Amino acid sequence: MNALIDILASAGLWAAVLRIATPLILGTLGALLSERSGVLNLGIEGIMTFGAMIGWLAVYNGADLWTGLLIAALGGAVFGFLHSVLTVTLGLSQHVSGLGVTLFASSFAYYVFRLMVPVTGTPPTIEPFKPIDILGLSSLPFLGPAFFTQTAPTYVAIVLAVVLAYLISRTPIGLAIRMTGENPHAAEAQGINPMAIRYGAVIAGSALMGVGGAFLTLSAFNSFFPTMVQGRGWICIALVVFASWRPERALFGALLFAFFDAFQLRLQTVLSGVVPYQIFLMIPYLLSIAALAAMARRARVPQALMQPYRRGER
Amino acid sequence: MRFERREHRPAALVVAAPMIAVAAALAVAGVLIALAGAPVLEAYWKILTSAFGSRLSVTETLTRASPLILTGLAAAVAFRARLWNIGGEGQFYLGAIAVAAASARLFDGWSSAAQIPLLFIIGAVAGMLLLLVPLWLRLRFSVDEVVTTLLLNFVSLLFVSMLIDGVLKDPLAFGWPQSEAVDAAARLPKLLTRSRLHIGLVMAVAIAFAIHFVQSRTVFGVRSRAAGLNPTSAVFAGVPLGRTLVIVAMISGGLAGLAGTIEVLGVKGYVTSDLSPGYGYSGIVVAMLANLNPLGVVLAALFTAAMFVGADGMSRSVGIPTYIADVTVALSLLSMLIAVFFTQYRIRR
Repeated sequence: MNALIDILASAGLWAAVLRIATPLILGTLGALLSERSGVLNLGIEGIMTFGAMIGWLAVYNGADLWTGLLIAALGGAVFGFLHSVLTVTLGLSQHVSGLGVTLFASSFAYYVFRLMVPVTGTPPTIEPFKPIDILGLSSLPFLGPAFFTQTAPTYVAIVLAVVLAYLISRTPIGLAIRMTGENPHAAEAQGINPMAIRYGAVIAGSALMGVGGAFLTLSAFNSFFPTMVQGRGWICIALVVFASWRPERALFGALLFAFFDAFQLRLQTVLSGVVPYQIFLMIPYLLSIAALAAMARRARVPQALMQPYRRGER
Repeated sequence: MRFERREHRPAALVVAAPMIAVAAALAVAGVLIALAGAPVLEAYWKILTSAFGSRLSVTETLTRASPLILTGLAAAVAFRARLWNIGGEGQFYLGAIAVAAASARLFDGWSSAAQIPLLFIIGAVAGMLLLLVPLWLRLRFSVDEVVTTLLLNFVSLLFVSMLIDGVLKDPLAFGWPQSEAVDAAARLPKLLTRSRLHIGLVMAVAIAFAIHFVQSRTVFGVRSRAAGLNPTSAVFAGVPLGRTLVIVAMISGGLAGLAGTIEVLGVKGYVTSDLSPGYGYSGIVVAMLANLNPLGVVLAALFTAAMFVGADGMSRSVGIPTYIADVTVALSLLSMLIAVFFTQYRIRR
């Protein structure tokens, strides 16, 4: 019991929560934006992998870190475009197209990585983002090290969640996205082009996923290795349902999830030798499944999610 | 420009679709090889000869195709009923570890004829159970099974990793996490001497024919298809939707578990956490390339296996990363989706 309280009272735990949450926030927002327009993007796992690789590769070849993130966003957008062509223009199954994009994006990422970076004993590293100090807040007792020792992309991700919440619920473009996701035929009757909206939402969402992946290699770690995304993309898809397709809840969901993850990581060291570490590693996946089961019926699903839109065809 | 639904799907186009898709994927892969500065034609040639050029390479390709046929069938059966089982990888591992445990602990000293059939059942049941969980979540809580089956892949692999690093760990493996070896009597008979090819291939092909028969000639085949085409009207037409999906899930999960079973009993003899080079995920591509046709699955599995075996050999001599095989296989999935679309639609200006 004391061990648990020690964990909760350590600033390191709370700092880890924000760090773990960042790629999930970005990925979940990306998936959410796309789904609000009616397109499920299961390409997320591969897009995050590609973003992690291409962002890292850019920095490894001399680009600065922000350029690395930008390139990851562009890389994500390219795969988002591919997914849009398949699911919006051709109206193919969003499930299968998304899985195809994941298989392609991740294997292409590994191919490019192997081609560009020779095999060595230890993976090559870059100089990742450093924690920034906002207005000297990091020197506050406890709160400082717990919440204000993050790298810049973490704060950007949190701000993005707020911006996206505003964009979706309060702006004309947000209304167009929501209408397209609920009823594309009605949206078209209002002079909105559902195809264009879906393309935009999927591409922008995929860019966010790419940045989420790049956070792993440019801030959380400093190198790239295959399978490093470890199902985070699928967890984001589950978090969208948990968040009932609302950005502010997505932020909360990602933080809650990251809290459990950070907590189990520390519990592992306390209970090492007693409980196999694999049990702890299963927790995030099992939690996601539990969250889905708890929320699936209650969540407000965009009514046209996964329904292709073809002009004049119902 | 717009798309117009064809009234009839031209048979020639339907047959040609997979070939066009594979050709397109190979063409894009050729561009990627060229961009890497390697001779493209030589790379293709090396892939072909490494996959089919000698007795050894042919048997290796067929050995690799055996579990792929089963995971491909697992996906094809499920997708036909719109049960999105993406958990083939996890079911493969659960089947593998179940037979490794049963053979090492329960059937020690039993004869082959007694234990091999039982091990097949155990492996299949393990795979089934893992798929029934997401199906139950879908039927009971309306949870999309795509995400749950995907997430369970990670859980399953961690579970296997825990067992092979714990209770089932082989003490003679120099500290490597690997399961105890299965009983010698549990190993599958070889099809050819001096090769790794085992009777699992015959079994997989036979199952493909059996599923083809079930799908085209039985009431259950019609029901599972109806459940996929339109669940709501299927219910109105008297199809017991829940029961049909449960049976589909048992077949699908069972086949993926069986794939893990034959890989352990036929090839490796023990379980490691890299037993499968993504057989579960490749099975999805195999199923789509076959357009969900069980007999087509056999051919698609052969192509996919040849790509992987061929790319291994090509990589060694031309110096292109073996990941080109994964890229090509993924590309052939995407181009197959597009090719199938154009069998159903035509372009109108």
